[in-house]
Amino acid sequence: MSLRELITHSRGIPGHSDTPVFAEPWQAEAFAMVIALHDRGLFSWDEWANSLSAELKRPDALDDASDYYHCWLAALESIITTKNIAGRGDIDDLAAAWQRAAHATPHGQPIKLENDPDRS
Amino acid sequence: MPHNHDDHHHDNELDPMAARVRALETILTQKGLVDPLAIDAIVETYETKVGPRNGAKVVAKAWVDPEYADWLKRDATEAIASLSYTGRQGEHMQAVFNTPDTHNLVVCTLCSCYPWSVLGLPPVWYKSPPYRSKAVIDPRGVLGEFDLILPATTNIRVWDSTAELRYLVVPMRPAGTEGLSEGQLADLVTRDSMIGTGLALAPGAA
Repeated sequence: MSLRELITHSRGIPGHSDTPVFAEPWQAEAFAMVIALHDRGLFSWDEWANSLSAELKRPDALDDASDYYHCWLAALESIITTKNIAGRGDIDDLAAAWQRAAHATPHGQPIKLENDPDRS
Repeated sequence: MPHNHDDHHHDNELDPMAARVRALETILTQKGLVDPLAIDAIVETYETKVGPRNGAKVVAKAWVDPEYADWLKRDATEAIASLSYTGRQGEHMQAVFNTPDTHNLVVCTLCSCYPWSVLGLPPVWYKSPPYRSKAVIDPRGVLGEFDLILPATTNIRVWDSTAELRYLVVPMRPAGTEGLSEGQLADLVTRDSMIGTGLALAPGAA
């Protein structure tokens, strides 16, 4: 998408230029986790900006910024692993467990990690 | 908050990104680093409470109150905080005033630093690589994409935001607004006009 198309899109929503802040709930949660961790002093905002910038600068970054929160999440994971709060493998395993738990949860019920059938 | 449109499945499904976020939230909660209730509160704040109407009130106040405008010029961080709009990242604010000679334009070439406390979260184009790379090199061309054509005699000054310093553009007060109240003036101040990719609206256009 060109810059002009992005601008047109942001103006095309009825009721002015107020497009939704987050396209999907996970984006809002990823955003808020960074704020919460920063509030706790886990990293400075400068540190965060550099981590995010490193992700946004990757050559495969999309021109329409639709991958912005993917980069945001990758930057968060990078900080978490660099600071030894959790390893990449722990995050991968737990993410897979959440997906299995979701699959095993009947529709309409809240997804809980306990519902993971492979839970040990 | 909106929910995923997963009603065509009988089972719940989490897409990979949502699952990773849940995984991180689980880990961070277990370690006592985040509180799920605090996460919800932050989301609610940014979805509903913080937005460009804050900045519009700052600008309108500066238009009607020369003393406030002067304060905003000298110490934007304090002048903005006096209206209870304070940044969470300890960032400093600088207000840059448009004049007939100089138009100000804000970008963050590094990532997406943006004056959240007064404008909320940035629009998607602000975060896009084309805007971030072209605003500095060809500001006039970028403004053209927004259908904003300035006189050739107007200088365009580009401000590159950082984690520590964020900019708020104070657009020029439109002509024919002498009789308007501060509240009516605030309605003329668009988000884009405070980034510099637009102008304040003419009365009657709001």
